[in-house]
Amino acid sequence: MTDATHKIQEISRRILENGKVDKIIGYQKGSMPMMNTPCVIRNPANVGQLVWDSHCRLNLAKYLGNTKERVGIIAKGCDSRNIVMHILENRIQREQMVIIGVPCNGMADKWKLSALVDGEVVAVTEANGNITVTSVSDEKAIPRAQALQENCVLCKHRNPVIYDELTAELVEEPQNMDRHESIRKIESMTPDERWRFFDDMLSSCTRCHACRNACPLCYCPTCFVDESRPQWVGKGMDPVDIRSYHFLRAFHCAGRCTDCGACEAACPMHIPVRLLTRKLEKDCFDRFKWSAGLSLDQRPAMDTYTPNDPNDFFK
Amino acid sequence: MPVNNPYVPYPVRIADIRVETEDRSLKTFRLEFVNPGDAEKFAYQSGQFAEISVAGEGEIPIGIASSPTEKGFIQFTIFKTGKVTSCLHQMKPGATIGVRGPLGNSYPWETLKGKNILIIGGGFAFTTLRSSIKMMLDPAHRADFGDIDVVYGARTPGMLLYKEELTEWEKRDDIRMHITVDKAEDLGWAYHVGFVPAVTREVAPAAGDDTYAIICGPPVMIKFTLPVLEELGYHHDRMLMSLENRMKCGIGMCGRCNIGKELVCKDGPVFTLSHLKTTPMEY
Amino acid sequence: MTTLIHIDKQNWDRGIEASRKQYHIAGPVKDKEFHVFRRLENGELPDMTYKSTRLSPKSLLFPQSEIMFAYTLDETAENAGMMQDVKADDFPCAVIGIRPYDAKAIQIMKLNFDAAEYQDPYWIHAFVRSTFIGLAINEPESVDFSTSCGTGPFEETGLDALMVDCMDHYLIKILTDKGRAWMHAAGFTTAARETAPQTLESMKAEAESKIASKVSFDNIREMSVLDLYQAGFWEDAAFGCINCGACTYACPTCWCFDIQDEKYGVRGIRMRNWDSCMTPLFTLHASGHNPRSTGLGRTRQRFMHKLKYFPDKYNQGIMCVGCGRCIVQCPANIDIRKICDRMNRYEARKGDCQCQ
Repeated sequence: MTDATHKIQEISRRILENGKVDKIIGYQKGSMPMMNTPCVIRNPANVGQLVWDSHCRLNLAKYLGNTKERVGIIAKGCDSRNIVMHILENRIQREQMVIIGVPCNGMADKWKLSALVDGEVVAVTEANGNITVTSVSDEKAIPRAQALQENCVLCKHRNPVIYDELTAELVEEPQNMDRHESIRKIESMTPDERWRFFDDMLSSCTRCHACRNACPLCYCPTCFVDESRPQWVGKGMDPVDIRSYHFLRAFHCAGRCTDCGACEAACPMHIPVRLLTRKLEKDCFDRFKWSAGLSLDQRPAMDTYTPNDPNDFFK
Repeated sequence: MPVNNPYVPYPVRIADIRVETEDRSLKTFRLEFVNPGDAEKFAYQSGQFAEISVAGEGEIPIGIASSPTEKGFIQFTIFKTGKVTSCLHQMKPGATIGVRGPLGNSYPWETLKGKNILIIGGGFAFTTLRSSIKMMLDPAHRADFGDIDVVYGARTPGMLLYKEELTEWEKRDDIRMHITVDKAEDLGWAYHVGFVPAVTREVAPAAGDDTYAIICGPPVMIKFTLPVLEELGYHHDRMLMSLENRMKCGIGMCGRCNIGKELVCKDGPVFTLSHLKTTPMEY
Repeated sequence: MTTLIHIDKQNWDRGIEASRKQYHIAGPVKDKEFHVFRRLENGELPDMTYKSTRLSPKSLLFPQSEIMFAYTLDETAENAGMMQDVKADDFPCAVIGIRPYDAKAIQIMKLNFDAAEYQDPYWIHAFVRSTFIGLAINEPESVDFSTSCGTGPFEETGLDALMVDCMDHYLIKILTDKGRAWMHAAGFTTAARETAPQTLESMKAEAESKIASKVSFDNIREMSVLDLYQAGFWEDAAFGCINCGACTYACPTCWCFDIQDEKYGVRGIRMRNWDSCMTPLFTLHASGHNPRSTGLGRTRQRFMHKLKYFPDKYNQGIMCVGCGRCIVQCPANIDIRKICDRMNRYEARKGDCQCQ
């Protein structure tokens, strides 16, 4: 059991027993290697099911919904920033939550790990800073730092920005992190090159919308792809519709996305959809000096207007 | 491609459009088959529905309002609520649309022979009930049935469907009509004022093995009417419901209209309440 | 008549090419990092070393987007607004390398599309012109629980021929006339050795013994629908599900579809697209009423359909072939085997809700 697991179980038991929360949202061990399943615990006797390891790749803020209950929620850095956004967007009240903050050293990339070995992965273990991947015929180990998801490699906010409890000491935040090198590379392409790049990137999309459903930002009662009067986006496999969905979703995440990586972790076809969302993140930072979810005291860039905003079109 | 493609609609011409309600939200469309042989192929029974097809917009499942005894046309009363229905409401007589059917099961007319029938309808769910009443009252069929009682309610007098026919039926002595409205501002309103469940409690015939109730209406009406019938001693297997659900194919293939293992478009839309009590209420 | 054929591996490609005179070829190929099952262009060969495909071969008979009709909205045209058939491809298609569980899944889908009262011409046409040359699984994956689901690594249901990879050669067991016809077109007519039947049997037994994952669902048949539906364990079991629909798209037995019209100026089509019970739009009434308005209700629907409604309706086992794709691809690791176990162990009378 990791230290974080132990701490999470202890804190959860305590806040359930003393009635501070009605439920805990966390992870339980999955049935497949490298996977955990988000779960809800109401009975303090069951906190033993909670786990925390390098495979907590989804964003639990998604599972808050717009609950009216009091909830204990486990949040790493990026998740906590989404919780801030949820409060700012009136999805949930601060008082409803006991936020169990986890200073995070990154989550493992299951694709990277699977590619290390021949054949189907049957077990993945972690010890002493190394992750070992085992298949029926093969076994490889790599240092944890080489196994991380890309968004974790580029992460600038590992510590939760808002919390009531902490599972460990805060970790060091990286300085001088260039998050946008891959974005600049695409920006420097010609329009034709960019068109072909995105066409190829989206060619395996099956319109399952796992990216949208895993995203804590995507909570519209009716998503724009489901509107029928008028119908903005077709429901078939026309590449126009596939592009429309992905591009517009990225725009809807502008100024709100914390690059938690849940979208890429969820995609069954391993499409690097963050290449779209990070472009919007870069634009928000370049133009408005805005990064999402860092403070409860600032309105988000995309929902405020001040007279000295740089654009001319509305003056 | 096999000749028999159940997704192909029969082309029909809109022969007449009648506005039924004062707020113009409901219109009755009288449709005539473009191809002469199609009318026979469309032989239907009261309680069935059809998918009305508007090229470029889509298809919608609508209960058949005309009775099989009315020849030369079929009739549908359509509520303007979405993409396809809004397009239909803007159409004029002479336009060609499509119709697929008849679909679904009908009210169980073989079982209902010789029985007393209590029809309870609310709002614009009255369409297949009109079909049923018109059919039963036809001289060829009236003797097949016992007493016929009808409780039909709408929000206001202006929202009642088929007003002329209701008045005609009211004058007959082989059917007892109990029209009601939630609210009537017209002091000359000669009928009931009150919700359908309340009127049902007053006028429903005694329960018995030979008395069946057919209930068709909005969820809130059904929710409060069923307990009234149960109090009066009606058995669940003597209570027939016509359900609605979102449909696309209408032929039991696209999978979306299921309640438990039943498909509303194919195993329904008519179910006994006793049957429904064994399935999830996902309708 | 010889039913067991021997093919030296070096002759395999030539046979595929030869059969192209009379058949389209469909099979598994690598596409970026996954294998996909699709129609192969001239010169393309199926990758017979593949383990599994991301999406199933169901798309060969049931494309994700399929045009049903075309029409013109030009009011001056005589047939304005009337549905016109679209030309279907009549050329036979040999589906090479399909796994036994995927072939069984097609038989399950047939129950829906080829029913007594209505027949879906699009699916049936594609089915009738397809010949299924299956490829047995020598090394089942850990997530393969097909032997619990009425199929298995060497099962023959739904196949016209079954191929077994015997290292330096293939053995093919011809199962139907259609299978024999394709073998002829490919020129594969060499009878297998006398020891071949035994080889086949022992390889089958070995593969089946390697299936580690099992499910049972006998108790589910005995339970009442409403007891299962109202069980308290759904909140816990369905909590992690994000209702995306990846499972329904990967699943070889999921058949739900949506019908939509699309217009381009005066040109219009009526098409069908895969649809998923996981989405809120699936059951939304025009009035705004939604019988399954919660994610929990929709997640429950999927498993009740697969494990209870379908078995009750058709009496032919569960609506799952144990391929494991949903388990592998689910972003939240919702596992149908765990849910099946939960349902199977449920005891309604005890008020056993296994609540958290």
